[in-house]
Amino acid sequence: MSISMSPAETTIEEGKTVGIPFSDDPKFHLRNVEVFYGESPAIKNISLDIARNEVIAFIGPSGCGKSTFLRCLNRMNDSIESCQIKGSLLLDGQDIYDPKRDVVELRARVGMVFQKPNPFPKSIYDNVAYGPRIHGLANRKSDLDDIVENSLRKAGLWNEVKDRLDAMATGMSGGQQQRLCIARAIAVSPEVVLMDEPCSALDPIATARIEELIAELSESYTIVIVTHSMQQAARVSNRTAYFHLGHLVEVNDTSKVFTMPEHELTESYITGRFG
Amino acid sequence: MQTADLLPLVLVLAAVAYGFAYMRSRAVAAPLGGIRNLKALPAYYAARAALWCAIPALIILGAWAAFEGKVIQNVVMASLPAELTPQSAGHASLTLSQISNLAAGKLNPAMVPDGISNAAVLLQELREQSSRFKSLLVILIAVLGGTFAWTRVAPTINARKSVELTLQRLFFVCAAVAILTTIGIVFSVIFETVRFFGKVPMSEFLFGTNWSPQTALRADQVGSEGAFGVIPLFTGTLMISAIAMLIAVPVGLLSAVYLSEYASPRMRSVVKPLLEMLAGVPTVVYGFFAALTVAPFIRDLALMVGLEASSQSALAAGLVMGIMIIPFVSSLSDDVINAVPRSLRDGSLALGATQSETMKNVIFPAALPGIMGGILLAASRAIGETMIVVMAAGLAANLTANPLDSVTTVTVQIVTLLTGDQEFDSAKTLAAFALGMMLFIVTLLLNVIALKVVRKYREQYD
Repeated sequence: MSISMSPAETTIEEGKTVGIPFSDDPKFHLRNVEVFYGESPAIKNISLDIARNEVIAFIGPSGCGKSTFLRCLNRMNDSIESCQIKGSLLLDGQDIYDPKRDVVELRARVGMVFQKPNPFPKSIYDNVAYGPRIHGLANRKSDLDDIVENSLRKAGLWNEVKDRLDAMATGMSGGQQQRLCIARAIAVSPEVVLMDEPCSALDPIATARIEELIAELSESYTIVIVTHSMQQAARVSNRTAYFHLGHLVEVNDTSKVFTMPEHELTESYITGRFG
Repeated sequence: MQTADLLPLVLVLAAVAYGFAYMRSRAVAAPLGGIRNLKALPAYYAARAALWCAIPALIILGAWAAFEGKVIQNVVMASLPAELTPQSAGHASLTLSQISNLAAGKLNPAMVPDGISNAAVLLQELREQSSRFKSLLVILIAVLGGTFAWTRVAPTINARKSVELTLQRLFFVCAAVAILTTIGIVFSVIFETVRFFGKVPMSEFLFGTNWSPQTALRADQVGSEGAFGVIPLFTGTLMISAIAMLIAVPVGLLSAVYLSEYASPRMRSVVKPLLEMLAGVPTVVYGFFAALTVAPFIRDLALMVGLEASSQSALAAGLVMGIMIIPFVSSLSDDVINAVPRSLRDGSLALGATQSETMKNVIFPAALPGIMGGILLAASRAIGETMIVVMAAGLAANLTANPLDSVTTVTVQIVTLLTGDQEFDSAKTLAAFALGMMLFIVTLLLNVIALKVVRKYREQYD
């Protein structure tokens, strides 16, 4: 590999990732993953393990494929017709893309929070109760009330909304809406929570709240977070994966990536030379 | 010159004013170092000159056209000698048409009294004078207006503002036309309706269950008392519309769901225009279809299962009408379902909801106002539809709840009351206006109720 200061001249060897991409007992076992939109490749031969109960951050410049890769993990790319996925993607050893696999069950286990807060135009209560109702998690109204309360508590929203659960969710502030979306996602007790730039539409205070929340949630969930903010990745994650033009360039412990990056592209990115 | 000739002339003058003002604004700008030193672009100065030229002239022209005839008429009538002065309104209009026919050379002058033929000469003269004067005035105003605007092409004057303001007013006038027309229609119907209620008591009209609008033409005519009970007509209308909506709403809505959520883009691009073609079929053709194919088929089917059915039935008309209004529901619903943000869909799918759960719980409530709009449009089409009903449901005003019977609707009765040779002061013809008024009120109420319902239940996304 040539050593050069300009990232444009740096060649990336396909399928080669520096750092520690694999783990012994992974939650997600991903090998040789390739994603195409029509003819053009978006993800080029990525192999990665995501460990149980870790917080892994995906960073990289815009268009590097980190969101696309994230959406492969709960098959949210299914609705895009031109999207094709190759390789082996296993969740707890079971193929995610097995044609016989029930997407509903997969998505109940792998929840997702989106870039822009997207509460349903319903009451706060109905938003959180949406998932449990669909999956029949509560037999009685009181069970459902408990689930809603617990989820809102975990999302740090209970004290703010407990007196107005019937109010429209769309009337809340952006930060509250995003925490509601997190509450909505954890209400179905998923094992993994995928977060696609959850703070990019929020102000710094709301962002700080969400980051605290991620730290609390990391005790019980595996969290995969895509972020544009390197500080955020440094603050919330155990491991960091650096994506570049559809390649997974480097994966390592977060402290290692941000202090001693092995690959010069990673170094250029985290020191702000491009991105 | 005639109005038809003056109109293009004014437009030509406006174009000339446009050209001159454009050139002048360029000329004014040149010593200042280009058009960016003007307050507005040359096109605005030019447009303002054109507007100054055309609008006052057109207003004069319009006002002239509106009042010319009336004024000349009054002068001519006043000139008639005392013994020829008409006593009644009918007589006056007769005299007037005599005069104008004479002036047009369609009547032999020898056949009328001297006073009339003098008046005809006067009429002719007045018309010529008026025309000459009008042409002069309009051209003068146009030229003056254009010149005035031309002199006001200066770097310090902001022509953009006045052009914007004029356009704004123009748009307002366009919007006002639609509203004023509606008001005009309502009033014209109201007056006739009031006259009708002078002949037939309102309680009989509203609550009578018998409709046979045959009134006696002569005092000594036997039979035909005439009954104006509106209830059978409204039950007929409601039954046929209800049958139509029962077909159109589920089919239209579900096809919209299919188109927007399940169909591939290619499928959609083929199916949607085909569905919309249904709306382009003339209603008369639907009428044939209903009367010649569907109605006999329903009768045969009913006979097979041992029911008695007339060959013209509410069911046939309702079914075909339902098919006709499917595109109103499906096309509009498809559009609003597509307008629901993708993020809501993704949010629901990511929670493990299936496509149909997402549809039912998230997309449908968010799209409800638009869907209701489509359904309302379809409903008012169904209530107002005439042709299919005439051909397939018949004219008999039966008060029945059996969809296999023949019924008639409000619109069909309006048509039958007003077609053919009719006098406009009998209860029979006036009843048509009262029916129209009732229909208007009913559809208005339906709209208001539906709007209230939508406002209560909609889930607004931003």
